Amino acid sequence: MNLTLKIWRQKNNSDKGGFKDYKLGGVSKDMSFLEMLDVLNEELSAKGEDPVHFDHDCREGICGMCSLYINGKPHGPQQTTTCQLHMRSFNDGETITIEPWRAKAFPVLKDLVTDRSAFDRIIQAGGYVSVNTGGVPDANEIPIPKTIAEMAMDAAQCIGCGACVAACKNASAMLFTSAKVSQLALLPQGQVERKTRAEKMVAQMDAEGFGACTNTGACEAECPKGISITNIARMNREYFSAVVSSQNV
Amino acid sequence: MSWVSKTLKSTLGQKLLMALTGLFLILFLVVHLIGNLQLLLPDNGESFNLYAESMAQNPLIRVVSIGNFAFILLHVVYSIMLSRYNKSSRPIDYAMSKASTNSSWSSRNMGILGTIILIFLLVHLKGFYYEIKFGEMPMVDYEGVTYKNVFAIVAAAYSNVLYVAFYVVAMGFLGFHLSHGFASAFQTLGLNHVKYSPLIQKVGFGFAIVVPALFALIPIVMYIQSL
Repeated sequence: MNLTLKIWRQKNNSDKGGFKDYKLGGVSKDMSFLEMLDVLNEELSAKGEDPVHFDHDCREGICGMCSLYINGKPHGPQQTTTCQLHMRSFNDGETITIEPWRAKAFPVLKDLVTDRSAFDRIIQAGGYVSVNTGGVPDANEIPIPKTIAEMAMDAAQCIGCGACVAACKNASAMLFTSAKVSQLALLPQGQVERKTRAEKMVAQMDAEGFGACTNTGACEAECPKGISITNIARMNREYFSAVVSSQNV
Repeated sequence: MSWVSKTLKSTLGQKLLMALTGLFLILFLVVHLIGNLQLLLPDNGESFNLYAESMAQNPLIRVVSIGNFAFILLHVVYSIMLSRYNKSSRPIDYAMSKASTNSSWSSRNMGILGTIILIFLLVHLKGFYYEIKFGEMPMVDYEGVTYKNVFAIVAAAYSNVLYVAFYVVAMGFLGFHLSHGFASAFQTLGLNHVKYSPLIQKVGFGFAIVVPALFALIPIVMYIQSL
């Protein structure tokens, strides 16, 4: 395949940045999208040019490190992570536009790399549970109904890639935050911090400058892990019931 | 800052106000529609005029109408605040975006739809509410008692084809606004449940079609009657 890549290049956070076009030939349909970018970067390095910076880690679709807004969609045309996207999803001769996640809370560090540590701070604010020290507890010591366990596991599938923020017209982080609130609120282990968690995580989400949800459902449609917006409704319930009943005046 | 004001300043608190005021306005639409459908009764406006007078005299309705104006204002003010905040959350937009593949047009353009509805509302209030309350009204007698002939000014307004067209188009926009707003309000309140959400969505969709259509029917029928 021969491709034209329209890639966002930006030296650093204070640089204005802009698109640069690259021609890339000899791309195999079986390559992953990131492998295609590796090939481009090898060519650029050979020419002594600065390679295109992009985030990636496991390349197995489980770590949430890869990003990229490809042809107007987070993680590209398939509902999967960019590392699991293959070049067979594109056509020979196509122009592919590649942009970083766009959100005030995700500042661009370089090229396509954004700083997603805002998510870490939301987790630090309340995305944890208290556990006793000592020996390993017996398995199944705490009874949890199967359906509840399933719902918690579904929410826990969130890999924190930020596609929800990238897809949302308001750059809202409510799908991410609600998935994290939900997975813990649903389980018995999460009850100790339940109210404080909802209050603190929502407060941190706002403090980071993420937008407010307008229930467009774009996040759910684009989430590579299929996290449902029922989690957002649950977070709203958790938050509203927490603010009216918690001891935090 | 008290916990109440802190909550109402949070994104979720502001959304809560949008949802609650929105649901109240939805309820108002139903009441308003039921009253206005009396315009179509074949009694030359008698039952409508009597209804209008009873509404004007009812102290409960007067309180609710003040609340109604307050809720409209809140809905508008909070939508502006949220829209501005949401806009600021993405200072640099995408060069290429395929939002239509993941969300409905209405859901992404509630602000535009709401603005059009607000413009309609101002024209509507000036044309009827203000005239009825403060304008020079034609009067009519029923069984020896004199009433304001509200029906007459409505009929006069709806004999103008441009006015009728404006109303019908505005109701179309209202329909699109409701097609997202109805179910969205429930989601914001946290009322998302596997048993009830499909029903809420269906009712919301039906409401968004039926209510604006019936509202639009009134000027259309009265225009035809005026010919």
